[in-house]
Amino acid sequence: MSSLFNVIFTTEFAFSVLRVTTPILFAALGALISNRAGIINIGLEGIMLVAALSGVVVSAYTGSSWVGLMGAVMAGTLISGILAFFTLHFKTHIILGGVAINMFASGGTVFILYLLSGDKGSSTSLPSKVLPSVDIPLLKDIPVLGPIFSGHNVLTYMSILAVFVVYYMLKRTPLGLRIRSVGENPQAAQSVGVSVVKVQYTALLLSGFFAGLGGAYMSMGYLSLFTRDMTAGRGWIAIAAESMGRSTTVGTTLTSLLFGAADALANALQVLKIPAELIGTLPYVTTVIGLVVYAVSESRKRNRKLKTKVKG
Amino acid sequence: MKVKYFEVIRTTAVILIALVLAFIIISIVSEQPLESIRIFLWEPLNTKGHIGNVIEMAIPLMFTGLAVSLLFKANLFNLGAEGLFYFSGVVAATLAIHLSLNSFVHPIVAILAGSLVGALLSAIPGILKAKWNVNELVSSLMFNNILFGIGLYILNYKLRDAQAFAAVSFKFEKTAMLSKLIPGTRIHTGLIIVLLLIVAAHYFLYKTKWGYELRMTGANREFAGYSGMKTAKVIVIVHLIAGFIAGMGGSVEVLGMYSRFQWSSLPGYGLDGALVAMLAKNNPLSVIGAALFLAYIRIGADQMARFSDVPAEMISIVQAIIILLISAEQFLKFWKNRMLLKEAQRNV
Repeated sequence: MSSLFNVIFTTEFAFSVLRVTTPILFAALGALISNRAGIINIGLEGIMLVAALSGVVVSAYTGSSWVGLMGAVMAGTLISGILAFFTLHFKTHIILGGVAINMFASGGTVFILYLLSGDKGSSTSLPSKVLPSVDIPLLKDIPVLGPIFSGHNVLTYMSILAVFVVYYMLKRTPLGLRIRSVGENPQAAQSVGVSVVKVQYTALLLSGFFAGLGGAYMSMGYLSLFTRDMTAGRGWIAIAAESMGRSTTVGTTLTSLLFGAADALANALQVLKIPAELIGTLPYVTTVIGLVVYAVSESRKRNRKLKTKVKG
Repeated sequence: MKVKYFEVIRTTAVILIALVLAFIIISIVSEQPLESIRIFLWEPLNTKGHIGNVIEMAIPLMFTGLAVSLLFKANLFNLGAEGLFYFSGVVAATLAIHLSLNSFVHPIVAILAGSLVGALLSAIPGILKAKWNVNELVSSLMFNNILFGIGLYILNYKLRDAQAFAAVSFKFEKTAMLSKLIPGTRIHTGLIIVLLLIVAAHYFLYKTKWGYELRMTGANREFAGYSGMKTAKVIVIVHLIAGFIAGMGGSVEVLGMYSRFQWSSLPGYGLDGALVAMLAKNNPLSVIGAALFLAYIRIGADQMARFSDVPAEMISIVQAIIILLISAEQFLKFWKNRMLLKEAQRNV
């Protein structure tokens, strides 16, 4: 047990929590925006995967990691746009549409990877670029805080920035107001002249945009190449984080950090003699527990409301 | 043209669109597109062995397709058949290695054990949904990863044959393996089991009170609740049955097709089951055709990957298009409306 504490209470561990939280946080913010507009974007996992590959491919062919990042984000937004087109125009069931996106991504990325590199496993033969890590001038010299918060990938800082942007967008901008009103009561929003379809389109595109950033981080920050199915369930964990965070920006951020910690713990515990297969299930077990805790508390709240209504 | 044939026409149209798309992709990718398309379409039917391959692959697809159909019919978006299929396979493999029984009882014991474990594990997301309304989609997907982790642990630490060069288990006892039905192919008795199961599911769904309750709960859970059905119980029972079927599928696949357990990743039949269920419109009898179709294009893609320059993953793009269009309510709706209008005018 003491060796467990030795693993957890280090600045390296805290640093790695932030490192592994980044893609989850991006995708969770994406899930948050679309959920607030009343659509659950199940395709996040696939969107991240496509974006991760696009980032690698575009950066390899242009020689620039920033253009690669743009490619990744555009690919994420595009896939999200396709999903939006099918669900909003063709009335495809949103969950099945998301499943289709995921299925497409897991095979389609391998297909494209093979065509471009002749390899079905990873993009080792493509000279892809990596987004830089940043040392923060004053912060990096402060003991404890410095080693934890400085020296991260630029996208990790962008994910933290994104939390504030999303918070502000949802609370303070007309778009945020429309998104929330459409999510809470589409008929009412429609009756005051808000175009529900347009708002949901925007929300889904934004959700793809953020998932795209998360995907780009996977292949151009967290790792420096693309490997098949490299998102490894992070899109799903993000959806769980959003729902456990009760669809609020602050809650979603905190639960994303919790899942990041579980993930980092799974990585850190591999030095102990616990089989990696079992450790690997830790984030998923956390997710299930989180979902259950949330659902139980919600159903209690509902029951209380019902009771007071009956009494009143 | 009758409106009742509309769904058939629509499904056919979707499949045609998907195939045309496949041809377009092949034409872009391949150096010799016509030859590639010929292999894709014709090779699965070309030899007895290849027809055998199609049917062999359709067996697990029928199992998971049937399991997912029942869940979808109850309006439960649960994709847990994936993990159950895998884990039950591990259970069946364990018993196939460690028990010694005669060749009649051995597979029955191993398959039933796998099915029961599948049913019990499937009940967990079911109970969570029924009691607290935990989103079954997310929880079942998390369970897939959890069951995979535990299954892989059992394979690597308990079943693994150190003498073998790959991550595979010890060999199954000969008595545990399912016998082959048709010489020259690997089609095994699992085919009979799944066909019987499909007929039973059809009977259950359309001829029994429980089946009626399941369909009503799926159509409108609140309404079913108000009319006196215990919808929570129905949800748990559907999960038990679907888990049993998925578990049986995994066990049958392992004992029918292999002599060792060798899945070091999720085999994917659970998610494919969702596709089969959608093609079959959640109708048990149609699962047979849907599974055969999917197996046919898969084997076609495999053969194409082997004998031409088009990778087999091409098929996942086709599958995504099929799902998107099949579940698209508005797709060809204008045509249905026109048909309805004509029929109404005729009746006036």
